[in-house]
Amino acid sequence: MKFTLLIQSAPIDSQSSATALRFARTLLTKGHEIERLFFYRSGVQSANRLALAPQDETNLPADWQQLISKHELDAVVCIAAAIRRGVVNATETARYGIEGDNLLESAELSGLGQLVAACAASDRVVTFGGGA
Amino acid sequence: MNSFLIISRNPPYGSAAAREALELALACALFDREVAILLLDDAVYQLLPGHNPSAIGQKNLAAMQQSLPLYDVDKIFVCQSSLETRGLVTEALALPVTPVDSQGLKALMREYEAIINV
Repeated sequence: MKFTLLIQSAPIDSQSSATALRFARTLLTKGHEIERLFFYRSGVQSANRLALAPQDETNLPADWQQLISKHELDAVVCIAAAIRRGVVNATETARYGIEGDNLLESAELSGLGQLVAACAASDRVVTFGGGA
Repeated sequence: MNSFLIISRNPPYGSAAAREALELALACALFDREVAILLLDDAVYQLLPGHNPSAIGQKNLAAMQQSLPLYDVDKIFVCQSSLETRGLVTEALALPVTPVDSQGLKALMREYEAIINV
């Protein structure tokens, strides 16, 4: 089956992003397809590559990066939610005349239309971290 | 999955939850998908008229809410018991809504393909 995963909470504030990551890994192990990973609300923090963890702790953005690259997954971060929370790429910081960028290499910033389109192309949509 | 039920559970202010639920509902409409909004728990406060959030430095959600009918988002469901426990009635709300009881909630979950809890 084709799945779209919607991740809405930040790695450090909730277990949900980690659960989504394990769910994504399991889907692929079981032979399902991931149409798109969509990061919305505070879930955009999962795509902040400047988040650092002590060596003996999990670094979730790094784990997402690894999974996305390994399986060439489509990962979209909601642009409106992300720029409000300081998750940006070089294109956006240039647009706003500031320096720096921290978006995961393998993710792209785009609009909610990408979530709607992914849902249309999927058999299942699974939400992580909603309602908070 | 082409029909969307966007569930909101949070009050209008205090977090970005209400705004981001509305943004998602509007995006669904903008891309010509069937969409409905379901307000549960404190989300029923979202449609009380006369917000004055400037006192806490927040932007009023009313303008966005009033744009819903313009985008043909006219199915707004509210949980009947959430209203009752807060002493609210549908007539007091700023947009026309349909109250639903627990059976109605179950029916909504069956009716829509994608259920998105924001």
